[in-house]
Amino acid sequence: MALKGLDIFKLTPKKNCKECGSPTCMAFAMKVAQGSVPISKCPYMSQDALDTLSEATAPLMKTITVGAGKNEHKLGGETVLFRHEKTLVNRNLYAVNLCSCMDEAEIDEKIAEVKKVDYERIGEREYVEFLFLNYADNGADKYVALVNKAMAADRALILNCADAEVAKAALDVCKAQKPILNGANKDNLDAMNEVAKAAGVTLGVGGADISEIYDNIKALEGKGNKNLVIDCTGADAKATFANAVLVRRGNLKDQDRTLGYPSIVNLAKIAGGDVHMQTALASAFTLRYGSIIVMEKITYAEALALYGLRQNIFTDPQKPMKVEPGIYALNGADENSVCSLTVDFALTYFLVSGEYERSKCPVNLLITDASGMSVLTAWAAGKFSAGTIKKFFDEADIENKIKSRTLIIPGKVAVMKGEIEAKLPGWNVVVGPMEAVQLVKFIKDFSA
Amino acid sequence: MAFTPKKQAFNAKINAVTLGTGDKSIVIGGENVLPFYTFDAPIANKPKIAVEIRDKGLEGIVSPGIREFYAGCETVVDMAVKAQSMEGASAICLHFESADPNGENTSVEDCVALAKAVADAVEMPIIVMGCKNIEKDAQIFNAVSDALQGKNILVLSAREENYKNVGASAGLAYNQKVGAESAVDINLAKQLNVLLSQLGVPDASVCMNVGSSAAGYGFEYLSSTLDRVKAAALAQNDKQLQMPIVTPISTETWGVKESMSPEEESPEWGPLDERAIEMEVCTASACLVGGSDMVIMRHPAAVATISKFIDSLM
Repeated sequence: MALKGLDIFKLTPKKNCKECGSPTCMAFAMKVAQGSVPISKCPYMSQDALDTLSEATAPLMKTITVGAGKNEHKLGGETVLFRHEKTLVNRNLYAVNLCSCMDEAEIDEKIAEVKKVDYERIGEREYVEFLFLNYADNGADKYVALVNKAMAADRALILNCADAEVAKAALDVCKAQKPILNGANKDNLDAMNEVAKAAGVTLGVGGADISEIYDNIKALEGKGNKNLVIDCTGADAKATFANAVLVRRGNLKDQDRTLGYPSIVNLAKIAGGDVHMQTALASAFTLRYGSIIVMEKITYAEALALYGLRQNIFTDPQKPMKVEPGIYALNGADENSVCSLTVDFALTYFLVSGEYERSKCPVNLLITDASGMSVLTAWAAGKFSAGTIKKFFDEADIENKIKSRTLIIPGKVAVMKGEIEAKLPGWNVVVGPMEAVQLVKFIKDFSA
Repeated sequence: MAFTPKKQAFNAKINAVTLGTGDKSIVIGGENVLPFYTFDAPIANKPKIAVEIRDKGLEGIVSPGIREFYAGCETVVDMAVKAQSMEGASAICLHFESADPNGENTSVEDCVALAKAVADAVEMPIIVMGCKNIEKDAQIFNAVSDALQGKNILVLSAREENYKNVGASAGLAYNQKVGAESAVDINLAKQLNVLLSQLGVPDASVCMNVGSSAAGYGFEYLSSTLDRVKAAALAQNDKQLQMPIVTPISTETWGVKESMSPEEESPEWGPLDERAIEMEVCTASACLVGGSDMVIMRHPAAVATISKFIDSLM
């Protein structure tokens, strides 16, 4: 619970010495509560008081770092339940399920399938971040063999293994990669805790229901382990959804720090092998509080939709999504194809390029740097003007790269036509339609 | 100490709106908790799925799955009848795509004739979707609402520019349900609801379409609008935002390149049908979790999946 000024005041020496720069201890306490002054400004705070305060002012939800090297990932650290309240911080990550019950050929095949999906979307690498290694109670040898194979796949690992002995054997092999050890429950809590702590890895803890999960986390925290993730997977989709929501809501809304850890939801377990159902659930858990979503498989069909959704949901509402300025040759456009100019706001780019692609007419789409604003906003802010366009043309060397001298500008900035013509002599500036949806008809008529 | 989660059922609830008549009529809305939060309180009516039938039938449809499903259908009416057998479907959405004056400009009379033929042949509730041309849509909704009196249809949609026309005809004169469409903004959504209620359209006759988009294509705006509308309707008891939300999915998802690009163009992406199904499923699921009380979809496999998804969370 966030401390109020009065609560902090009780911890101060109350001697109004002014050494902190504030006239009274009360004024100082109020400033600390607002976050404008650090508590360390007061030289007379006792260690006890400092500990209490640092606990109380720590974020509600921990940020857990797992994996090593370039497979290091941050999970959790969220401060709000809905993105419009502020922003969501760490996007959900995906894992694909592998099992010690699979034969070598099947494992190789699945790893190859995972590696196929690896592409870039608006400046973000989209791929399967984790391999989820399920232990099927068929002996440590088989499991370690699986772990060895997975280690070579260049992905972060999650060991899903409730047998502490086997987990230890697996961690001996892979602990340097900082995997997550998932599988602590009420029956193996101590043993799993020891194994995870000895290897220095994050421990995943679950339970039969939300109340058992809660008790298990409490018990682990009691043993000093706060490097945890919560396995929210229940018996079915409904139970899992309830767990995921109750954990996050209990943490961020009801301010219970015991629930302040990232979550794992295992769809390989609850989607019943139905790949479309798995997508529906993955989409739901992208919005409602899955930090790691475990899938039976992810091909491009699933990835294109789910990663697109994820990228949207985890954009910061305060920062627009931008695409790289430059020349985008659409529908096989070459240097003689007509040019069409717009701004670098991602949504504008997607709408405009989508409509042009639908028209099948070759077009060089020119994207200028407008700080990620939409056409009218950028124009009003002076980020999309004849001057900035001229600068972009020079920097991108358009004159030499493109022979066509026809430039279509958005209908909403028709007023700029004259200025652009003045800045870009030799170009025929054409005013395009007001809305992107009208582009197909416009460009077809224009090209005819 | 055992953990008892705090419940978050609200004293406010979403309006329950009935569509259609008779055995096949459906009720959308009525819940007093966030979508699928059954652990807070039971949800009165589960979200529904309407199947989109285009007035152009299968013309331009590239999906093998959809073509196969409607194999043997000779007319749009046949397709509408067949769509009723789709697993998970509970309404038919007739989309007058070709009425656009900038396109084929199908006449209002032809639209009415088709709507009547479909209404005579199907039992499920009917939703009528326009062509996005404001004036033409108002004419179509007016004429179709008149012709289908007593069927309790939903017209999609009245917008700021034509709400008087559509609200007065569909909502008041012919006693149908009116969809109020706004552009992904909670304030615009509320404003249009206020305008419709000032016109005299009862709240219980209004559904909202707060905008639509495909996953990956500015979906964050829609998602946040849905979150905010539900929060205002339930937590703040804002009566002007308690209308159930109807969200068209297929009209968005089938227009993006993930669902349209042929396999030859990007072989690593795999078969078109799979991509299009996943796009529809992913978008519909995200809308339902955000707060849509009904989604409008196209592919039979996607409809079946979302139906199963809804059931699994209820």
